[in-house]
Amino acid sequence: MLLLTCPCCGVTAEETEFAPGGEAHLKRFGPGSADEDYESYMFNRKNPRGVHFERWRHAYGCGKWFLAARDTVMLEVFGTYPAQTTEPPAEIVEKIKARRPDWEGYA
Amino acid sequence: MSHRLAQGGRLIDRNAPRKFTFNGKHMTGFAGDTLAASLLANGQTLLGRSFKYHRPRGVVAAGAEEPNALVGLGKGDRFEPNQRATTTELFDGLVAESQNHWPSLDFDVLALNNLVPQFLTAGFYYKTFLQPRAFWKHVYEPIIRRSAGLGKAPSEKARDPDRYEQIYGFCDVLVIGGGIAGLQAALTAAQSGARVALWEQTAHWGGRAPVDGVEIDGKPADDWVKATVETLEAMENVQLRLRCMGAGVHDHGYVLGYERLTDHAPESDAPRHRLWRMRAGQIITATGAIERPLSFAGNDIPGVMLASAMRDYVVNYAVAPGRDVVVVTNNDDAYRTAIALRKAGVGVQAVVDARAEATGALPEAARAHGIRVLTGKGIRKVKGGKRVTGVEICRIDSKGTAHTDVFSCDAVAMSGGWSPVVHLWSHCGGKLTWDEAGSYFRPDPDRPPLGNDGKGFVRVCGSADGEMGAVLANAHEAGKNASEAAGFKTKNMKPAQDAAAPEAPMEPVWMMPRKAEYDLRMKMWLDFQNDVKVSDIQLAAREGYQSVEHAKRYTTLGMATDQGKLSNINGLAVLSDALGQPIPATGTTTFRPPYTPISIGAIAGEARGPIFQPLRRSPLHDWHAANGADWEPVGQWRRPYTYRRAGETRDQAVNREVKNARENVALLDASTLGKILVSGPDAGRFMDMLYTNMMSNLKPGKCRYGLMCNENGFLMDDGVVARLDEQSFLVHTTSGGADHVHGWMEDWLQCEWWDWKVHTVNLTEQFAQIAVVGPKARTLLERLGGMDLSPETLPFMAWADGQIGGFDTRVFRISFSGELSFEIAVPASQGRAFWDRLTAEGADMGIMPYGTEALHILRAEKGFIMIGDETDGTVIPQDLGLNWAISKKKTDFLGKRGMEREAMIDPMRWKLVGLETLDGSVLPHGALAVRPGKNANGQAITEGRVTSTYFSATLGRGIAMGLVERGPERMGEEITFAGDGDKHIKARIVDPVVYDKEGAKQNV
Amino acid sequence: MSETLTSALPGAEYEGFVTVREAGLQGMITLRGDLGSKALAKAVTKATGCALPAQRQITTEGDHALAWMSPDEVLILCPHDKAPALVETLSEALAGEFATLANVSDARAVFRLSGAGWRDALAKICPVDFAPLGPGDLRRTRAAQVAAAILVDGAEEVRVICFRSVAQYMFDLLKTAAAPGSEPALYR
Repeated sequence: MLLLTCPCCGVTAEETEFAPGGEAHLKRFGPGSADEDYESYMFNRKNPRGVHFERWRHAYGCGKWFLAARDTVMLEVFGTYPAQTTEPPAEIVEKIKARRPDWEGYA
Repeated sequence: MSHRLAQGGRLIDRNAPRKFTFNGKHMTGFAGDTLAASLLANGQTLLGRSFKYHRPRGVVAAGAEEPNALVGLGKGDRFEPNQRATTTELFDGLVAESQNHWPSLDFDVLALNNLVPQFLTAGFYYKTFLQPRAFWKHVYEPIIRRSAGLGKAPSEKARDPDRYEQIYGFCDVLVIGGGIAGLQAALTAAQSGARVALWEQTAHWGGRAPVDGVEIDGKPADDWVKATVETLEAMENVQLRLRCMGAGVHDHGYVLGYERLTDHAPESDAPRHRLWRMRAGQIITATGAIERPLSFAGNDIPGVMLASAMRDYVVNYAVAPGRDVVVVTNNDDAYRTAIALRKAGVGVQAVVDARAEATGALPEAARAHGIRVLTGKGIRKVKGGKRVTGVEICRIDSKGTAHTDVFSCDAVAMSGGWSPVVHLWSHCGGKLTWDEAGSYFRPDPDRPPLGNDGKGFVRVCGSADGEMGAVLANAHEAGKNASEAAGFKTKNMKPAQDAAAPEAPMEPVWMMPRKAEYDLRMKMWLDFQNDVKVSDIQLAAREGYQSVEHAKRYTTLGMATDQGKLSNINGLAVLSDALGQPIPATGTTTFRPPYTPISIGAIAGEARGPIFQPLRRSPLHDWHAANGADWEPVGQWRRPYTYRRAGETRDQAVNREVKNARENVALLDASTLGKILVSGPDAGRFMDMLYTNMMSNLKPGKCRYGLMCNENGFLMDDGVVARLDEQSFLVHTTSGGADHVHGWMEDWLQCEWWDWKVHTVNLTEQFAQIAVVGPKARTLLERLGGMDLSPETLPFMAWADGQIGGFDTRVFRISFSGELSFEIAVPASQGRAFWDRLTAEGADMGIMPYGTEALHILRAEKGFIMIGDETDGTVIPQDLGLNWAISKKKTDFLGKRGMEREAMIDPMRWKLVGLETLDGSVLPHGALAVRPGKNANGQAITEGRVTSTYFSATLGRGIAMGLVERGPERMGEEITFAGDGDKHIKARIVDPVVYDKEGAKQNV
Repeated sequence: MSETLTSALPGAEYEGFVTVREAGLQGMITLRGDLGSKALAKAVTKATGCALPAQRQITTEGDHALAWMSPDEVLILCPHDKAPALVETLSEALAGEFATLANVSDARAVFRLSGAGWRDALAKICPVDFAPLGPGDLRRTRAAQVAAAILVDGAEEVRVICFRSVAQYMFDLLKTAAAPGSEPALYR
């Protein structure tokens, strides 16, 4: 069972305090958008074996959403960061590169 | 015949006799005994029958690894099958019974299986029960079901009266295993100041060392153990737990521990078991090693035992497992058993050593005790049925066709070498490496389980690490490294020095004799509990089950409740030999938690009875309970379905409530409705995104019904919005949807539109909300006095704050029943008093409450939809004729893009209509509309389904709503619904609103 | 109306290895806003006497207290009957701010745990390391299957706050956790 640190209230807690929210950094496509864009927004999800960016909510704690960079195989948590961002922060990316030199990078 | 020795027994208290029964027979043991020890002391060697062949079985081991000595413990509500006698501490009044025999332990009919063992070889059920097909259900399955399994299941009527609990623990360093290695590791870690927990699964500290004659700093190991435990107990940062097994190591340092608090003391009022949910920074496993059996013919006959176990029974419990013993071994360690037996006065016929020579210190010491040592030999076969009567010896490298020696004996001590207990290391991904010298897998320190920081969090020490000699230096190192990894500095200290007699190398023997013929191989047991033999593994290999995981499942090797603690390595070795490859190439099967079975009670913990799950209660719950409420679950809420009066059926009660609401005045507890405050400068903009209709132009003081969709365009929730002021809205949600909708709002505000200035506050539980419904509702409220409730001041779809009868109220003129209705919110603390006041004031008007079923009927008569009835997660508002609630002006709202998809504008979509049966009956829930013919798959063609269906007391007949293909275009058409069996029901498509279509009754 | 006001579980009390008592009516106001705003801090301190608390802290002054709930939320604790007026006062004081106030005094239930063993009792239902928590600390977490906030008031005194609808569940949970004979002797 995972341990995650909520960047909003500073608590490190076990997974049962949190609720998972799927892939992070999705771009919303609304009315008038192309079918492919809407499809990718609604249905197409990355499912990597390795580095992944995820949404989590500290559901039983401060109630805030945050994002986590995590390895889906080894379960290493590279870091957690605020949800108010459209891409992973540079320091998280650097940390992942240091830990996973063959990572293809955030795309 | 007692086998209790006159002297010794380091764990028993001879002054404390304990009475117990086995199969109804009264026996006596001592405090400190295990059940297995006291059974052996009472001369009870036959303890049960084996799984497939119903062969007689006795005790093999002295600890958690025991495969045979499983018994049913306790009586009635406390009966538990498959309990290991070797880990059951004896107490007064213990009741045990043997398992898997019929009609009796001594005479077993199914032992016939044993006479034709070919019948039950590897994969027998896949092969044997294939044909004829019809036999499966009526012949094979009943037979298999009767003969499968070991213990019998407790009675279905049994209710476990014991308490169980769970607990969340935290520590820097968790040491699992309280032998001398674990104690040293804990001591070193504790002196760094780290928070340390030390668990030992048995009732005693020190592990095997005292039995094996280990000396520490020149003194018996027991002295050091006692002193070390005292030191640890005195340290504030250390938690010691006996009878606490490390059950499983999981991700990120999460460890389950199984503490058996009162299994040995059933009179205690403490919980029986406690499940530890420990989060450890670093883990040290000091779980020791388990001795391996040897594979020779008849190695399962009662009286054949692990050499170390025999030593345990003699030294710890003063129990002699036999009068005359033959020891068979491939290593020096077993000589300790021979010497211990001889010292205790038990006859030792010989030590049979498979090695060409035995000249180490221990064999020499044995010889010095006058014990005969045979080298280069092995057991050809054990003689005996329910008890060993002798052994035949042959040359180890022979085919075993002839014997060289014969011994008469009643017990055999066997030792095939030792295997580290690597389970906990392996549970969470720790990898193993093959140790050629010791012939075992041991943890590979370079490939540990990894934590959330990507670093290893498990270390191993002592014999669990493959250190079969002195262990304290190794344990100290583990304690030091673990506490440093956890961020503590260790003091410069030196561990104590442990010393045991040096041992010459062992020599692997996977089959005895090495070239044994088939008739011997088919009597060599590998997995005692699942009855898997050497010949079964060889057959599996021949039939192509080359992967260890496949061979395991095909033969069931290691799949019993002991998970192959004794059989794993021996089985792998036989498989490797059959495949002609080295053991590391075969690899090992996966180790899975728990280490030994744990109770269901411990897994359930506190979640049973009234706190199995949280039940949410409205502020009026107690009133409902006292007034005949039949409860209905709505999410976690319990709401009254109806309030039954004496002599009424549920239906009669519901009909009475419906009629009363239509004709008189009625109360509904609507407190469970979600109430969410949405406030801020951008609240209007946000509301316009949440709802399909326009909300930003709602005037303060007014209410509006609205729909919420998800991004697929599917209806998610609905309810009435009240505009509180320029910047604030109060959102009403469905009872089951409040938490989800609140979470949904926060998700969009935090993760998408984080620059919008909007706050939400979930006020659901702040208010008791009471709907006062019916033609006389206003009259009743005016009696209470207070704010102006006239239609001029407070018209339909308006709201106002004020006082009624002295209560602080917010009154919404909204109606879900079609009647004149005031939904009144009061602070929850005033809810009960307000409700009482209403019922008292309305008594002479015939006021009565109504439940959720009447609510449903009232709304269905009005054609109002219900989320979850008319919607199922694939329904868009347009399907329900709610196009009027979808804004055409707004450029965007959640779900708008989804509704633009082709499938959503398909004219063939099923749409909402009313349904009226031709005979006035009530349509079945969920019934499908079918039309003549079959589809391409030969199935009925469906064209709609019933979504809501009730008996309408108002109209005196069944009413229903449903989704029907092109429904609204087919008004008046008769369609057919499938009922039970071949029954078909005709219904006419009608307007869903069957009561007061103009809304005259609610708008007064 | 005071004579007819009822808390979630009036008079509920249990003597285990810690004592569990329903604490009765407690005024509570949710304040959401920019906790970094000086104007907000000033207004709140003026109205309650309490300084804005740091992350996961409680500040107390007489019968008022402020509890840090999330980066943009504090819970104001006050006497139950003072809550409506305090909402009024603060609403006026914060008129220019982007802040939201709501009286939530009746939305919750409060239980008081007294005794040295409170950590041992709560350890059975909350996945929290209680060792570092002391007076003035607050932790929001899960108690078995429901949300809970734990306010540490003293060395042997804490409050557990949950939603009003699950008060009976919480009381039953706490009773089970504090049952005599089940002391785990974990924290000392």
